[in-house]
Amino acid sequence: MITRRMLIAAAGLAASALAGAPTFAQETVKVGLIVPMTGPFASTGRQVEAGARTYMAMHGDTVAGKKIELILRDDAGTADQTRRIAQELVVNDGVSVLAGFGLTPLALAVAPVIGQAKIPAIITSAATSSITEQSDYYVRSSFTLPQAAVPVATWATENDIKRVVTLVSDYGPGIDAETWFTKEFTAKGGEIVEAVRVPLQNPDFAPYLQRVRDADPDAIFVFLPSGVGSLFMKQFADRGLADAGIKLIATGDVTDDDILNDMGKPALGAITGQHYSTAHDSPENKAYVEAYKAAYPDMRPNFMSVGGYDAMHLVYAALEKTGGDATGDALIEAMKGLSWTSPRGPVSIDPETREIIQNIYMREVKEVDGELYNVEFATYEAVKDPAKTSDQ
Amino acid sequence: MTVIGETTAAVSSTGPEHVAATQLRRRNAWRAYEIVLWLVAIALIFMLPSKALLLTEIAILALFAVSLDLVLGYAGIVSLGHGAFFGLGAYVAGLFAMHFFPEPVTGLLVAGLVSGLLGFVTSFLVLRGSDLTRLMTTLGIALMLAELANQMAWLTGGADGLSGFTVGPILGLFEFDLWGRTGYIYSLVVLFLATWAARRIVNSPFGLSLKAVQGNRVRAAMVGVPAKSRIVVIYTIAAVYAGFAGALLTQTTSFVSPDVLAFHRSADVLLVLVLGGVGYLYGGIIGAIIFTLLRDWFSVITPQYWMFWIGLVLVIIVMVGRENITRWHTFLPAPIQRALARAANWRPGPKIGGGQ
Repeated sequence: MITRRMLIAAAGLAASALAGAPTFAQETVKVGLIVPMTGPFASTGRQVEAGARTYMAMHGDTVAGKKIELILRDDAGTADQTRRIAQELVVNDGVSVLAGFGLTPLALAVAPVIGQAKIPAIITSAATSSITEQSDYYVRSSFTLPQAAVPVATWATENDIKRVVTLVSDYGPGIDAETWFTKEFTAKGGEIVEAVRVPLQNPDFAPYLQRVRDADPDAIFVFLPSGVGSLFMKQFADRGLADAGIKLIATGDVTDDDILNDMGKPALGAITGQHYSTAHDSPENKAYVEAYKAAYPDMRPNFMSVGGYDAMHLVYAALEKTGGDATGDALIEAMKGLSWTSPRGPVSIDPETREIIQNIYMREVKEVDGELYNVEFATYEAVKDPAKTSDQ
Repeated sequence: MTVIGETTAAVSSTGPEHVAATQLRRRNAWRAYEIVLWLVAIALIFMLPSKALLLTEIAILALFAVSLDLVLGYAGIVSLGHGAFFGLGAYVAGLFAMHFFPEPVTGLLVAGLVSGLLGFVTSFLVLRGSDLTRLMTTLGIALMLAELANQMAWLTGGADGLSGFTVGPILGLFEFDLWGRTGYIYSLVVLFLATWAARRIVNSPFGLSLKAVQGNRVRAAMVGVPAKSRIVVIYTIAAVYAGFAGALLTQTTSFVSPDVLAFHRSADVLLVLVLGGVGYLYGGIIGAIIFTLLRDWFSVITPQYWMFWIGLVLVIIVMVGRENITRWHTFLPAPIQRALARAANWRPGPKIGGGQ
């Protein structure tokens, strides 16, 4: 009896080893894309997917003799689902690269998996600075909030804005944005009159905006996750803050290109800083927007989509560099130090932090051909993640 | 409760005590379907090694649902905030591994203990008021905990979740592997022991008195069943169970996000229980299997629209299945139904007269 049991156990182990061992010497390189496709952050997932697929449509699905296969999975924005799906993709599907992760906790949840499996995870969306410090296998193709917030603060001090009220969503990225804006702004001689934090879920801005109006600052600095921006804009206009002479400065999430056009008049004149605008003027972006619109006529590419696009570029370029070697350690080494011209402008991967180095553009919402766009008017070149450079 | 059990066992041959004891023993006997279920669960370790992670998720959700069944199915307390105990257990297990001791079984017990303590304290709140008040009270407690976890970032990591702790090998022997096999076996063992203990509890005189309380609290009190203390005890036990489930989730994923306290956990587990059937323990397990498999299947086929399909299927199951899935056999011809019932309820031991 015992021997039979042991036999079964041994057979099971063998079967699992056969079924489970990721076969790296394959002709197909699989990329597992885990993003929220349902729930409150579904728009993020749809944009990232569209960006990644647009890249594949533009550059073909073969690189260095390997066929690239994109496997899309939905985690509904739930961290334990992200973790399970990541583990399944690694163990069952044998993916060589993971990508996606709509929110910070979702990205952090896979840290043990990628550490154990030794495969790269490309962060296309989550923006808290600390993620890439949790594992040596994280690479970021999106941006970090300090990266966007600091140039906004610099610009503000250079443009005669002295007193500012900050208003952020009360969670990791929001606090990151507040901290780094405040640090830069006060260092350059500005004054933070009041720091307001609003709840992440179901925010009603009216009472907070009243407080802002009473404080009578030169400008209000805002960070909100993309999506709630339109509600904010409406209430900002309703409360007459713009009429009171209070400028709106923000990170680009607030005037997300995907929903900007529906915000209408209230959004006009908002000053934001970010790494990508649909209206960015370059041949690369023109080609990208065209290919994107051809496949997804109802959507407008936003900064999330370009995160997905550049994640795919990272995979392609790294494979080319390794000559088709898709083992995790080779890929992550190849990704370090890569530089290329993305639709957002020139970018590179910092070999030390595995963070993206990119231009941050100051933009103003304007009407172009009957549609609202973030029109760029100033550039801060090759901005590193300030959270990491200043600590070292 | 044990006192009653021993005296009835001591009284020999006939009399109402004897009949009651025999009936309880009959209820406690293992049925064929139960044995099959557990054997299949064990066989799956070897047959479906690639699905170990999904199976783990099922086992954890099943344990959570068994916990809810104890309060809903046996004490009649409708709860929309059972996730509070689940989430607390998850956080306690994570913090315990991070700051004190990484061994999972110890962490599991500590998490169960802390959740049980919260269950004991809050049980006095559910004693008051009607079903509607209880819904609101339990929901309120869960929401308060969720907000606490979000605000106390220095302890819980806030919205970013708790990470950076490692869970050690089980009992210092079995390391968690990437394939999730250890995690599944571990969860399955905990689920089995918990279900076994729950069977003993509900098939004891204590369990019977709970049913009496559920039927009519006032009448139960009049025949000498102290309804309040019964509810306190079972609510506390259920909280311990939910804490176990939460701790299992933490230990098998080595990550805690504030999502463990989110409202959808409480709602999902209620749905699972309704799907599988309330008041016989296995409803939670069967519901968890169906719910998780459907969700996994649909979300792979259609990542964008799976919620629509799962919603549709759940509505159909509940409508067609006349309240729960376990009554599918009522659609079969009568003779087959009788044969099935005989097979499913077959148990070893001598036949004893008397109706069920």
